[in-house]
Amino acid sequence: MSRVVHYLNQFFAGFGGENAASTPPGLKPGAVGPGKKLQELLGAEHEVVATVYCGDDLAAVSPDALATVLELVAQQRPDLLVAGPASTSGRYGVACARVAAGAVRAGIAAIASMHPENPGLDDAGPAPVIASGASVREMGASLERLAAAARKRLAGEPLREADGRIGKTPRKNVLVDRNAASRAVDLLLARLAGRDAPAEVPVPKFDHVTPAPPIADPSQATIALVTESGLVPVGNPDRLESARATRWLRYSIADKGTAPAGEYASVHGGYSTVWANQDPNRLLPLDVARELEREGAIGALHGEYLVTTGNGTTVPNARRFGVEWAAELRRAGISAAILTAT
Amino acid sequence: MLCNLVSVAERVGAVRIVPTRGIPYPTGDPSLTPTEERAWRRALLLRALKAITTPVTGPTQF
Repeated sequence: MSRVVHYLNQFFAGFGGENAASTPPGLKPGAVGPGKKLQELLGAEHEVVATVYCGDDLAAVSPDALATVLELVAQQRPDLLVAGPASTSGRYGVACARVAAGAVRAGIAAIASMHPENPGLDDAGPAPVIASGASVREMGASLERLAAAARKRLAGEPLREADGRIGKTPRKNVLVDRNAASRAVDLLLARLAGRDAPAEVPVPKFDHVTPAPPIADPSQATIALVTESGLVPVGNPDRLESARATRWLRYSIADKGTAPAGEYASVHGGYSTVWANQDPNRLLPLDVARELEREGAIGALHGEYLVTTGNGTTVPNARRFGVEWAAELRRAGISAAILTAT
Repeated sequence: MLCNLVSVAERVGAVRIVPTRGIPYPTGDPSLTPTEERAWRRALLLRALKAITTPVTGPTQF
């Protein structure tokens, strides 16, 4: 019989909601809360011997709390750690991902469960993550998928997309009997014949963006300049990344009529920045934007510009930046943004 | 959005697109004299203003 440990947050472990988000790490014997359904689905050959829990606030930010959680897990000598399902709860997802990753690194098999858009997904490292539903309403279905994946993992079988695996999946080389050229031609012929043949490499799906309505009169509007070109004050004082940006920054341009060479430079690692550094207005068109503002073609130019580096940005991060920029600009009373992209 | 790789912009669903002349200089053109380049930059921004005042239903180039 296999030994399984279940990781839950303070809410699912029965301590309360946000008021209990600082619950220190601890352990309860056997299955607790949703763990009971998990036990039922796992069957008699696998026993949930203990439930380790921690408050979301601590788990997501305190390395000591995470270390204690991992110690509690290890003491149970489990054959598998199951973390979540965390749905779309950000801190809980981050906690599940880090607990699972930490367990795998310590030699304990582990899987986590969360919604594909959970910001914690990228933290899971070597631990497989199984997709869950978006909310507690889908807990039943999420647990079924998670239990099925757990049984496979306990049987030593690999977890694939068909099992609901999401996030980084390590590539494994497999020898097949036909070369890529033959397979590609067959795939093309199948598609031309109207058959729905799947690609060998998953193609990312992008959101459909509902267009914003036009603004009526730019001479009455405040417009913002935003950019993914990585243009920052010379010296990159806030250390914007050159690739795989995890953040965006904002700088005042309130008293500036232009973006002078020598004051700004681009840290973007995805293109040659020589021309841009000669004249930063080639990335951030401040000189002309001010001219249009003076002439009254634009009501006003926003006093800051927003910047990130659009080089290998993950789709979830890019999506997050977009949402944050929109919220930020709307809060500042901006009607439209001009985005310069490289 | 002012960018050079218009087909990429369309594929990911950007809706108001103003094509530029080069990846490393979205609002520039180093092959022009400074005066001409500034005029080109102004033309781009005026196109951007046209884009934000025009209703669109999907990816549209301006």
